[in-house]
Amino acid sequence: MNGSKVIISVLGKDRVGIIAAISGVLATHGGNILDISQTILEDYFTMIMMVDLSACDLAFPELKETLVTTGEGIGMQVNIQHTDTFDYMHRI
Amino acid sequence: MHFTSVSRQEILETIQMVQMENLDIRTITMGISLRDCGHPDPVTACRRVYDKITRQAENLVKVGEEIEDHFGIPIVHKRISVTPMAMVAEASETEDYTPFARAMDEAAAAVGVNFIGGFTALVQKGMTVGDRRLIASIPAALAETERVCSSVNVASSKAGINMDAVLQMGHIIKAAAEATRERDSIGCAKLVVFCNVPEDNPFMAGSFHGVGEPEAVINVGISGPGVVRNAVVKRPDADLGELANVIKRTAFKITRMGELVGKTASEALGVPFGIIDLSLAPTPAVGDSVSDILEAIGLESTGTHGTTAALAMLNDAVKKGGIMASSHVGGLSGAFIPVSEDAGMIRAAEAGILTFDKLEAMTSVCSVGLDMIAIPGETSAETIAAIIADEMAIGMINRKTTAVRVIPVAGKTVGEFVEFGGLLGRAPIMPLHTQSSDVFVKRGGRIPAPLQSFNN
Repeated sequence: MNGSKVIISVLGKDRVGIIAAISGVLATHGGNILDISQTILEDYFTMIMMVDLSACDLAFPELKETLVTTGEGIGMQVNIQHTDTFDYMHRI
Repeated sequence: MHFTSVSRQEILETIQMVQMENLDIRTITMGISLRDCGHPDPVTACRRVYDKITRQAENLVKVGEEIEDHFGIPIVHKRISVTPMAMVAEASETEDYTPFARAMDEAAAAVGVNFIGGFTALVQKGMTVGDRRLIASIPAALAETERVCSSVNVASSKAGINMDAVLQMGHIIKAAAEATRERDSIGCAKLVVFCNVPEDNPFMAGSFHGVGEPEAVINVGISGPGVVRNAVVKRPDADLGELANVIKRTAFKITRMGELVGKTASEALGVPFGIIDLSLAPTPAVGDSVSDILEAIGLESTGTHGTTAALAMLNDAVKKGGIMASSHVGGLSGAFIPVSEDAGMIRAAEAGILTFDKLEAMTSVCSVGLDMIAIPGETSAETIAAIIADEMAIGMINRKTTAVRVIPVAGKTVGEFVEFGGLLGRAPIMPLHTQSSDVFVKRGGRIPAPLQSFNN
């Protein structure tokens, strides 16, 4: 369960300050955002961030908890998954 | 989106499956051999059982939770299966095997798992002393424990059907219902009678650690009816060949998650990876229903004409997609149709559209069998035995696993509901035929193994 690259997804109703809130947490703890995209998925605003955590000062569970709490503060559901999840599901 | 090989669309698809369609890994089940735990003194034997389970499974829940976090995929259950207890307890000089069930229960509680399977006997050809004692202890074992699941294999395509065991299981199911009468006979929800039982199934209540298995093993049960249903709903105009392909592709993706979780758990726990069980296992949660898939394929209600054909297509497509995605497939692998655990099945049964006989027909084309069906409390042991015999015959002739998990709810009858709560759900008491099968089941003996050719 190694690897430092993760995908952070943020789902909810679109509003001001979503990217600022999530990227603020990442900046504070040394997460490097490599790419961001946004779309609408079944009526939900969905933001996907690709992040490198090799310089992150929090362990994965703590970072996850911080992001989830931050997300709840702005009414968004935040999920963080290692990229293996996506590679493995779609490729042999 | 460069550092992963998948496209943005594929990332979104995964997120949608997990966040909106209830995709989860249903269970990581650690199989543990208890063959070295036997002892003439039952107290010593029980202590060995407890010690071995708690030692082997010490980190199971912790590792499971870490994997959940890491991949962002819920793993609903972490569970344990053990060597059929009849074989372990047989060396002990005691008639009562209930203490062995208590040792299993306490060990499961100590390591934090919600179910432990393996209070089991394999008697398709006949019973040993240990088998007989274990079966006699089942009602008390289920009444006195919370987490222990029990199973008895009474038939196989190679051995035929042990009708003496079938009749006895009719009586044992009645006794288990009576022993847990004040809890709506919940003991029967943890007791399965099998034909051709798989020895590596990770799903409860029929899970145990087979005799050909290694010292310990990790088996994974995947699920995802909601994901399959949504894939079907999006293709209202597809013909059935195309639809089968859609289901295959979806099953492939779900199974890949199981493979990833299983391999990771196996490495983290230092225990070999056994198999993935590709089952579509419903839960009472809205949208997590196999019945909803059948209705999305085009039936007004599950249970009407066409249900068996739709289920056959679904079951086969799930297997084909899953087998491509995994290095080792095993267990039950197919669509489950437990009535009380599937909101759509409950609805159809309550409306009288999904009948007992239709369920029996459905079991000839899907995995497992008559599962989590509540029947009147006054049903006789002989009638239950006849239900078991029918289901065993379907498995024996078709060379597949079949099972019976019926609950004759003490004190309740047709028109009433039983509420088990949680994953076991709720069910209407279903009517049965009232004519007697007594003479047939009391003949006893064995139904011979069938021909394996001239399959017409």
